[in-house]
Amino acid sequence: MTIYLPIAEVSVNAFLLLGLGGIVGILSGMFGVGGGFLLTPLLFFIGIPPAVAVGTQANQIVASSFSGVLAHFKRRTVDLKMGWVLLAGGLAGAAIGVKIFEMLTEIGQVDLMVQLCYVLFLGVIGLLMFIESWNAIRRSKDKAYKPRKRPEKGWVHTWPLKMKFRTSGLYISAIPVVMVGALVGVLSAVMGVGGGFIMVPAMIYLLHMPTKVVVGTSLFQIIFVAAFTTIMHATTNYTVDAVLAVLLLIGGVIGAQIGSIIAVRLKAEQLRILLAGMVLLVCFKIALDLLLTPAELFSIAQEAGK
Amino acid sequence: MRRLLLLLLLLLPVSAAAEEVVLGLSQDEVAITATFDGSSILIFGAVKRDAPPPSELPLDVVIAVQGPMETVTVRKKARRFGIWVNTSAVEIDVAPSFYAVATTRPLSVALSQTEDLRHRISLDRAVQAIGAAEEAADAPSYLAALKRLRIADGSYLIREGAVALDQETLFRTSIRMPANLTVGNYKTRIFLTRGGQVVDEYETVIYVHKVGLERFLFSLAQEQPLIYGGLSLVIAIAAGWAASAAFAILRR
Repeated sequence: MTIYLPIAEVSVNAFLLLGLGGIVGILSGMFGVGGGFLLTPLLFFIGIPPAVAVGTQANQIVASSFSGVLAHFKRRTVDLKMGWVLLAGGLAGAAIGVKIFEMLTEIGQVDLMVQLCYVLFLGVIGLLMFIESWNAIRRSKDKAYKPRKRPEKGWVHTWPLKMKFRTSGLYISAIPVVMVGALVGVLSAVMGVGGGFIMVPAMIYLLHMPTKVVVGTSLFQIIFVAAFTTIMHATTNYTVDAVLAVLLLIGGVIGAQIGSIIAVRLKAEQLRILLAGMVLLVCFKIALDLLLTPAELFSIAQEAGK
Repeated sequence: MRRLLLLLLLLLPVSAAAEEVVLGLSQDEVAITATFDGSSILIFGAVKRDAPPPSELPLDVVIAVQGPMETVTVRKKARRFGIWVNTSAVEIDVAPSFYAVATTRPLSVALSQTEDLRHRISLDRAVQAIGAAEEAADAPSYLAALKRLRIADGSYLIREGAVALDQETLFRTSIRMPANLTVGNYKTRIFLTRGGQVVDEYETVIYVHKVGLERFLFSLAQEQPLIYGGLSLVIAIAAGWAASAAFAILRR
């Protein structure tokens, strides 16, 4: 069954979109990532114009994240206070990111920068997470191993403006939290993604939050960043396709529920190693596109606004 | 003087239109609905004449359908520091979003160079890059790339020999329009030629537009973007909540 998308102005198979939304939704519920880093390239691949893909997936992320966060609220695995502080940084960062995006567009190298950002961040984060969780799994198997105690007071713990985050069991300065939020905000605006795949490892490794709380809290703040992005795209570029979004999010919200069920069955290390593997896979694919000689050297870009 | 004028009046229509196109279209509008998946338009007609065919040269029919004009940028990649980057671009000022040419015999036979220049019928004449030569040294290769890419995705069609002509009188062809149509007026021209010379020309318009939900959403997105964006968010939140609630019931 093909459906004509009014904004994208192409017709695509409705079931294909439902399936894509579903797969990304499962990942969203499992890992607390919005799934934009996966969905955006997939939408390009099935022939959705890039601008529409970026604008619309922000809307779909709102839906799947909202569905996911409700499931986490019931399990009390959302640190609301942490979420709000992260969000404050996130919105400020997104505003800066939009400016950077404008500058890059003027130079005409926005595609390249986005791809390089993907390769760099996905590669580094994926590799670090993979090594760390691999070691964690080996340690848990090796019973004789005595866990090395994490230094209670890392560099982030010596900063002023300390706040108590009860759900996470942390008493740390608000400054690094806002900084993490802002960094993710900048990157999400430039890369057109929710930023969960950066947020989740940043929460685990920089802020030392418990993995169980990380997913829900990340989803919570992604809702707002993605909602902000949707409105920005709808009002400035007119590239949010409601029909495409609805099809993606029907699959997405169902997938998110399934994903959050899978998440509680898996161990934290297993969850992390799976996410790491997937992040590396996407990174590898994008790097390959940059390195291999393309079959077609030319590309057509329609003037924005027609 | 008056006699001369009368003579001219008598002579003119004969020499200008000894043969005339009478045209029919299977549809003169294309309505884009939610389930739109491209459209085929049947273009048919007859050649009307008052006298027997005037020439020994065979009659040809050339049909050109042209979508709304747009400006496009063609980019070219090159290897820089080991990775493939868009390094150069050429702006093509007027390129039709859709273009189809159908003929009875190969275009080079059915139409002379001069007539092609005058009426801009062949694809090479329809796509133009004014001042492109200043933007890049190999501007023609960008133009060629545009045509190649658009032919590959069905936006540009060259159907030589696809027009059926019976008894030098009845002609018909069908033009396949892809699903990714741009809305607007599609100029449809029919030329009768003999020996490469145009003997008659007929022009009409096929109107492509969105209807129903497609139209509503498109105009809302264009005219009330804030409301449209808000609406999209409300749908997203509602769907997220509905799925969560449904699963809560399922697991009970």
